[in-house]
Amino acid sequence: MQIALFITCIGDTFFPEAGRATVEVLERLGHEVVFPSEQTCCGQMHLNSGYRPEADRLARRFVNVFGEFELVVSPSSSCVGTLREHYGIENVYELSELLVRRLGVEDVGASYRGRVVYHPTCHSLRATKVGDAPLRLLRNVSGLELVDLAGAEECCGFGGTFALKNADTSTAMLDDKCAAILATGADTCTALDGSCLLHIGGGLSRRGAATRTIHLAEILASR
Amino acid sequence: MTTFPEAARRELANDQLRTNLRNATETIRAKRGRAVAELPDWEALRDAAKAIKEDVLANLGPYLERFEEEVTAAGGHVHWARDAAEANAVVVEVARRHDATEVVKVKSLTTDEIGLNDALAAAGIHALETDFAELILQLDGDWPSHILVPAIHRNRTEIRDLFARTIAPGITSDDPRDLAEASRAYLRERFLAARVGVSGANFGIVETGSVCVVESEGNGRMCTTLPPVLVTILGIEKLLPRFADLGVLLQVLPRSSTGERMNPYTSLWTGVTAGDGPQELHVVLLDNGRTRVLADEVGRQALHCIRCSACLNVCPVYSRTGGHAYGSVYPGPIGAILTPQLHGIEHAASLPFASSLCGACYEVCPVKIDIPRVLVHLRAKAVEATGGAGERAAMETAAWAFESPRHLSIAQRAGALLTRPFARGGSLHRLPPPLRAWSRTRDLKAPATRSFRRWWRKERS
Repeated sequence: MQIALFITCIGDTFFPEAGRATVEVLERLGHEVVFPSEQTCCGQMHLNSGYRPEADRLARRFVNVFGEFELVVSPSSSCVGTLREHYGIENVYELSELLVRRLGVEDVGASYRGRVVYHPTCHSLRATKVGDAPLRLLRNVSGLELVDLAGAEECCGFGGTFALKNADTSTAMLDDKCAAILATGADTCTALDGSCLLHIGGGLSRRGAATRTIHLAEILASR
Repeated sequence: MTTFPEAARRELANDQLRTNLRNATETIRAKRGRAVAELPDWEALRDAAKAIKEDVLANLGPYLERFEEEVTAAGGHVHWARDAAEANAVVVEVARRHDATEVVKVKSLTTDEIGLNDALAAAGIHALETDFAELILQLDGDWPSHILVPAIHRNRTEIRDLFARTIAPGITSDDPRDLAEASRAYLRERFLAARVGVSGANFGIVETGSVCVVESEGNGRMCTTLPPVLVTILGIEKLLPRFADLGVLLQVLPRSSTGERMNPYTSLWTGVTAGDGPQELHVVLLDNGRTRVLADEVGRQALHCIRCSACLNVCPVYSRTGGHAYGSVYPGPIGAILTPQLHGIEHAASLPFASSLCGACYEVCPVKIDIPRVLVHLRAKAVEATGGAGERAAMETAAWAFESPRHLSIAQRAGALLTRPFARGGSLHRLPPPLRAWSRTRDLKAPATRSFRRWWRKERS
C-alpha cells in the first residue's frame, strides 16, 4: 500500500529520527512510503495561538499537498487531531492508529531492551482518540517491560505557546509529570507527540534524570 | 486587571493552597468518576442535556415571555434587568419597602456576578451569606475560589481560628461537625428573623413558571421558605422548557458536581401559595452580557453551563492555580470562556490562553460545551483586540517559514545556527527571550543537525 508521510514541522526540525523510524516500520511491513516534498506545517501553532487566517492558509496547503493520497501517516497525534477536528480532513492517521486500526497490525516485529513508561498525550487521548492502540503495539515488543504511569491522562503542561505564556503553571504541571515518570523507575519514556516529548525530555534533563524520551516509532523500529 | 500569568504565579507560590487544591480536586474527581460510571446511558444523558440547552438558546425570546406569563399567573412578579445595576436596584427597592436591614442569601454565583452584596451594603442593608463556605469567606472578607466549593482554598484549622475570632468565641475544636454546629447556631436565629430572602436559581421552568434551587446544606430551603418575601435572580439562560427536562438535568448535575447520585436538597417553588412559604415573590431576569454571548455562534455554547464545576476539578491548570488567579466569579475552564464573553474580551484577554488545550474539561462537561474550541475561537478575538506587535512579528515569521519548503529549510538552518552558541551536549540550557520563559525551568533539545527533509533528499530520492 502507498502511504504518504507527513513529518510535521516539529518532527522535521527536532525529531528526524522519529520520521526515519516511521518509514522503517512501514517499509518492513511491505508498504511504500512517499514523502511529498512541498509539505510544511499543519497550522496548529497559528490556530491555537489565535492566528486563524495564517492557520487556514497552512491547512489549505496541507490539502493541496496531501489531498490526492488515500492514506497519510504522521508521527504526531496533535497535528492529526488538528487536521481532523478543525479542518475535517480524514485521510490522515497517527502512526499507531494506522497500524492497529487501519492495517490491523499489533506486532511489528520489534525488540527493545528496557523498562518503558508510556505517556498518553492529551491530543492522542481526546482529539485523535487512539485508545489503546499504542499499548497494544508496545505489549508486542520483545524484551520491553511496560510499566504504569500514575496520573497518566493528565497533561504534561506543554500546550504549545502555553509553555511560554504561562510558564509558571506549565512548569508546575511538568514537575508533577516528571515526578510520576521518575517514580516508575523506567529508563525510557515514550509518547506519540514530539512536542510533548520535547517538554518532558527538557524537564527530565533539567532535573538531572537519566530517563530517555523517545518517540513510539523509534521503539517500533528497533530490533 | 492583573493578567492570569501574573496572578497564577502568586497563587502557585502558596504551598498550603496547592496541597488543599490537590486533595480536594482529586477527591471530587474520583467521586464524580464513580457516580458517572454507574450510569450505562451517561453519554445519551449528556446528548439530551445539550439538546435541551440548545433548544432554550435557539428560542430564548419566546421562552422568556412564556416564563414571565406563568410566573405572573402564579402570583409572582417578574423584573427584566439589562445589567447588574438594574438587577441590584430591584433587590434594594424590595428590601427597603419591607424595612429590611438584613437579607438572608443562599449561595449564588449570579448575585456575586452583579455585586449584589456591595450594592445592598451601599443602601445600608446587610446581605448575610448562609452557605457554610460562603459564610466563612464573608466573615474573613475573602472571596470564592471554586464554583461549588467556594472555600476550597481554606482548611479546617484556618476556619476554626476564624470562627473563634468572629461567630464562636472560645471554640477550640476543628472537627468539621463542631464547626458546622457553630455556624448552625449562629445562622438559625437569623433565618427566623429575616424579612427578605435572596436566591439565585439553577433552573427556571417555562411551562409552569417554577424556580428550582439545588443545594446540599438546607440553608437554601430556609432562605426560600422562611422569609415572607423572596427575590430570585435568574440568568436568562437558566430556563428549561418543560418540567420533564428536570429528569435529565437533575441526573447529570449532582453527579457532575459533587459526585452524588442526588443532592440532599432540591427546592422548587411556583408563585405564591397562601399560608405556605413567601407571600411575595420576585423573579429578576438578568441579561448582563448574556445576549452578547448568544450572538456569537461558536461562543454561545458557554451559556449551556449549569455551573456543576466538573471542568474545574479535572483541569490541570485550575487544580494548580486555584480560582482566584482567574480574577472572576467564574473560574476554571468555564470561566476562561465565560468571563471574556460576558465582560468583553479586552477586559480578560489573558484568560482564553490560560489553558494547555488538553481537552479534559470537554470530556466531563455534562452539557457538552466544547471548551477547547471556544478557547481557540476567543484567542483569535483576543489577538485581534489586544495582540502584541512582538508576537505578531514572530507568528508572521513562522508563517513565512511555512509558506514553502525552501523557506522552511532556510529557517531551520538559521535556527540551528542561532541556537548553536547555546547548545551543550545536544541540549539548550539558556535561551534568549522569548524562549527564556522555557529555559528557566526546562532544557530544550537542540534542533537536529540534519532535518528529516534533508535526509530524505540525500538518502531516498
